Amino acid sequence: MRHHLILRVVSKLLIPFILLYALYVQFHGDFGPGGGFQAGVIFAAAFVLYALIYGVETARKAFPARWLAILVPLGVLIYGGTGIASLLLGGTYLDYDVLAATPTGGQHLGILVVEFGVGVTVTAVMIAIFFAYAGRTDDIQDDDW
Amino acid sequence: MGSGLVNVAVDISLMTLLAVTAIGIIRSRNLFATAMLSGIYSLISAALFVTLDAVDVAFTEAAVGAGISTVLMLGAMTLTRRSEKHAVKLHIGPVLVCLAVGAALIYGTVDMPPFGSTEAAGFKHIVPEYIAGSRDDIQVPNIVTSILASYRGFDTLGETAVIFTAGIGVWFLIGRRRREDEADEEAQKTSGDEA
Repeated sequence: MRHHLILRVVSKLLIPFILLYALYVQFHGDFGPGGGFQAGVIFAAAFVLYALIYGVETARKAFPARWLAILVPLGVLIYGGTGIASLLLGGTYLDYDVLAATPTGGQHLGILVVEFGVGVTVTAVMIAIFFAYAGRTDDIQDDDW
Repeated sequence: MGSGLVNVAVDISLMTLLAVTAIGIIRSRNLFATAMLSGIYSLISAALFVTLDAVDVAFTEAAVGAGISTVLMLGAMTLTRRSEKHAVKLHIGPVLVCLAVGAALIYGTVDMPPFGSTEAAGFKHIVPEYIAGSRDDIQVPNIVTSILASYRGFDTLGETAVIFTAGIGVWFLIGRRRREDEADEEAQKTSGDEA
């Protein structure tokens, strides 16, 4: 899409805001609608938009496959690790009450960490699946449509 | 009362658009049009979820259904043909099964409690506990989050594991092959050069 000037400029302007909005959805999920799943998909959508406009190879440079191999399991580990942490602190698995000084504080912390884990895995998996499909063909030319 | 009428009008028009889009998806033989129409279908569904006050679900539907999966479908489409083969002719048996199941579902809705009723069986069991607990024990204003992450933490851990599994499944099935192909080609090229 080399000659789509408007698309390139507008998406370049929008992508930082999409990423920022994903972070807002991620960390504001206990107050407003949202959470790890939605935030992860929005975060990944920003990268997909980038890949659509600037090509998959450029996007691969911005988000190397090496990171994906780390981030995909990392989110699940963060989630499971929160459960282990609550076990070690004397609670039951995924009982957040023991994570902080007060039970409410522990719940807030636990929810925040767990949602972060979900967000990391969802982002990485969505990008990995997109790269897997998009990487199978050469870049789509405009006249292909 | 006026806002109630507006709600009904909005619901009816969204449902009509949904049905029109669905018929469009069924009738279209062009896969590009089908992918785009299913994105529109997701977007209309998202609007419907908003009118049902299920903003979280609407969020997911808009981001996953209308956003990512449309792109994935287009990506998959480039690997295959651009238009569907000619439709097989109408089989009377499956049509009858569809009509019977549809009629049974509509018959089932007759017994359902009125929409939004707090007397519904689903709201009697454990929901009051969750609502009170979210307010007092967890103090999270968005009950959806407190249920998903705290009360139903095991379920959400399972869901995350499902997404994880889907990701590594796709990755190992089709994600890595291309680079190996390229490596094979390189290897063949160099061995060919040597020969």
